[in-house]
Amino acid sequence: MAREDTYLQIRGHLAELSDEQLEGHFWELAQQVVDPLVELARSHTSPSIERSVLMRMGVASPTCMAVVGECDKRGLLGHGCGHVVWHCARAWDVPVSEAARRLAAGEGWDVVEQKWGGAA
Amino acid sequence: MSDQTPRPAGDAMPPLDPNEKLDVARLLEGIANYKPRRRGWHWREQVPDQKLHKFVYKETSKGLKQSIPLPAAHYFGGIDPQPDCVVTTEIASGRFEDDIRRMRMAAWHGADHMMVIRTAGQSHMDGLLEGTPEGVGGIAVTRKQVRATRRALDLIEDEVGRPINFHSYVSGVAGPEMAVMFAEEGVNGAHQDPQYNVLYRNINMYRSFVDAAVAKHVMASVRMAQIDGAHNANATAVEAWNVMPELLVQHAINSAYSVSVGMPKEDICLSTVPPDAAPAPCMRMDLPYAVALRDLFGEYKMRAQENTRYMEADGRDATVSHVMNLVISRLTSADIQSTITPDEGRNVPWHYNSVAAVNTAKQSLVGMDGLREMVTLDREAPELKAKVREIKERAVLFLEAMLEDGGYFASVEEAYFVDSGIYPETHDDGIARKADGGVAAGTIVERAADYLAPVCHHFGDNHLPEGLGDGAAAGGAGCAGKPCVLIGGCTLCDTDKVPFIDELDPEDNVNARLAQTAELRAKGLIKPEVEWAADGWVMVTLFLPAAPRVAEFAALEFGKAMNLQDCEVINKQVMHPAEGTLIELKGRLDVVVDPATLVIPPEPVVMSDEEIKAFVAEKKLKCVAATVGEDEHSVGMREIIDIKHGGLEKWGFGCQYLGTSVPVEKVLDAAIEHAAQIVLISTIITHGDMHRNNMEKLADLAVEKGVRDKLLLISGGTQVTDELARSWGMDAGFGRGAKGIGVASFAVRTMRERGM
Repeated sequence: MAREDTYLQIRGHLAELSDEQLEGHFWELAQQVVDPLVELARSHTSPSIERSVLMRMGVASPTCMAVVGECDKRGLLGHGCGHVVWHCARAWDVPVSEAARRLAAGEGWDVVEQKWGGAA
Repeated sequence: MSDQTPRPAGDAMPPLDPNEKLDVARLLEGIANYKPRRRGWHWREQVPDQKLHKFVYKETSKGLKQSIPLPAAHYFGGIDPQPDCVVTTEIASGRFEDDIRRMRMAAWHGADHMMVIRTAGQSHMDGLLEGTPEGVGGIAVTRKQVRATRRALDLIEDEVGRPINFHSYVSGVAGPEMAVMFAEEGVNGAHQDPQYNVLYRNINMYRSFVDAAVAKHVMASVRMAQIDGAHNANATAVEAWNVMPELLVQHAINSAYSVSVGMPKEDICLSTVPPDAAPAPCMRMDLPYAVALRDLFGEYKMRAQENTRYMEADGRDATVSHVMNLVISRLTSADIQSTITPDEGRNVPWHYNSVAAVNTAKQSLVGMDGLREMVTLDREAPELKAKVREIKERAVLFLEAMLEDGGYFASVEEAYFVDSGIYPETHDDGIARKADGGVAAGTIVERAADYLAPVCHHFGDNHLPEGLGDGAAAGGAGCAGKPCVLIGGCTLCDTDKVPFIDELDPEDNVNARLAQTAELRAKGLIKPEVEWAADGWVMVTLFLPAAPRVAEFAALEFGKAMNLQDCEVINKQVMHPAEGTLIELKGRLDVVVDPATLVIPPEPVVMSDEEIKAFVAEKKLKCVAATVGEDEHSVGMREIIDIKHGGLEKWGFGCQYLGTSVPVEKVLDAAIEHAAQIVLISTIITHGDMHRNNMEKLADLAVEKGVRDKLLLISGGTQVTDELARSWGMDAGFGRGAKGIGVASFAVRTMRERGM
């Protein structure tokens, strides 16, 4: 909805603030805007985030894509795909990169199912 | 793939030789094992009160080992002062192998921030690309392209003697992955701003912010500099000057968000552009905004960008706008001075325009060095004071309303952003996005109570075993105490673990592209280019005495007549509706020159001004000059002797000009009378071998009169060559294009040799 410039009508509460107070107010408001966004990020993940975890575990990008894709299908993103791979690596006593390779090839998902259940 | 094989750290490539081209094929050898030698951003080293030539500079940094100074530098001892701030060049050819050659050129002119644009569409790809596919309007940002570019920059920074920052984009749907890859590959800076995804790429807003937190946290772990995306609002808005309050809000959201997820303030750079351009009174409009921004964001860094919103095809017009932007940088502050090429309004930037933009920044910043000490902003000037306050208040009102309406996501749904009204005015033309819409909607997932990521520098809830921090606190080698101890080390702690994929596409890759130009390189053939090796593009400037539309179509015909293909008018400017139009025409020239077939005469050896002046003064050198025979041409001789043309008088030669159609006898008599050591004759007319006869006659007469040993006999003219003149008894001959410096240098050198 278009609106006329009401600046002069609505600025009254700011008029008495010093420049310093105004700037302080600006930053308080900015923080209030971002706080819920930070909270959302803290408590959520995404396919790209999970792939970035596998990358940091030394897994090449096509393998990250395959493992995270399968985890997503099975509703496992919320547990962490790195968690899934790490769990399998320990179960099979292999390096995480090898565990990721096997999972990407469709092998060994039974181990995952035993811990977190089947595909949703 | 070499997931677990340790990589040798060293770089086997020899240093670059300034006389040799960068060998791209060699650069790709062993690329699988190449490791970046440095992480994080590099700021220039400031040198207070730096003395260079006869000047003291107030705002410059450490100089370069090798560089190309501004054109007038030869008057000032050849100095090339480097401004205090980092200078950016943006490169977007779509082929990294051509980008890196341009980076080398830009670095030699003073750029130390190479910003690589991504190919169109990459921001919507949910995942990473690999290999070296060709891009459109930028490269496909892949590990191989990034690594090869970083390797080239490592060589280039050694060549110029200053660290070079490499930069690209951590935006789009694959932000966290891009951030990890950049951190691993030694990328020094990146654009990261979730608002950019939401507003301009229509990527789902929840996904954008959730991803951004992880990406920013990874960037912070290697102290990558972050640049935000706020400048896009004034590049998009209908009336850019009205977006100022919103720009402050966008900067604040990204800055506060970044700090909240762990990024140090000093690594956060605000991308700010003076929003306006002439014929608006742009500096008076933009300055209050620049001041308000720096008041509010004093703890952050300023990345000053140049205006693109009002950029047309005229390179001169763009350059003037950019210089006015640079004045604002100097009157306020800039930590990074970005540059926009003067041709961005007409095409994908060309090599030499990237360099031109860097030089516009360097020239302006150095030219305004220390100006701030004499010209300060009058913060009490009524208009400045009122406007600065007003912009801040409007931004505060914007934030208050956002919170009242339910926060960030709700306000984006209600099209708060990129509205062309000046807030609280709205024109209802802002960008609206749905919270549950856009690319990758519905892809975020709540982290479960057992969520775990066994890696370092991971933002957010992470249910690690007791005692493992996020990796930031634990220093030193090994992974004890870090999250990645669970997996024996992550790639951020152990670079040997970084995997490498070479090529996935057998046709769309750098090897295939290089094969197309292999013959040219092998044989050293030359073909014009502006963007890619051997692309053949050339530009022709034509003034046509015709109305614009007629001139445009006439120009295409001229292009065809010049054997140019794919002709296109890229700029036209009316000089007068009927009298004429200036046209800039581009076309492809499919011609190759083999330098081996060229006959290139040796470059005349010229001396320094000081050396010539000293000798001329010591010997009190004098010359007599005339156009001989029945010949009325005087221009050429004037060019050689007149001080205002950079002629002999400039170095103190006493010059007696006798005029035109002077008999040879008279010239020689005048030389004897004035005790001149040098005789200059001009012979333009060659009919009946007139020039030859006059030269021989002068030489013979000098011998007859017994003065040949005391004189230097020099002739010049359009048909004269040094070889011919010497064979006809002269000491030297100067042809077309000769300059005073050539004649002066010859005279001094020869007189020294002969002990005259």
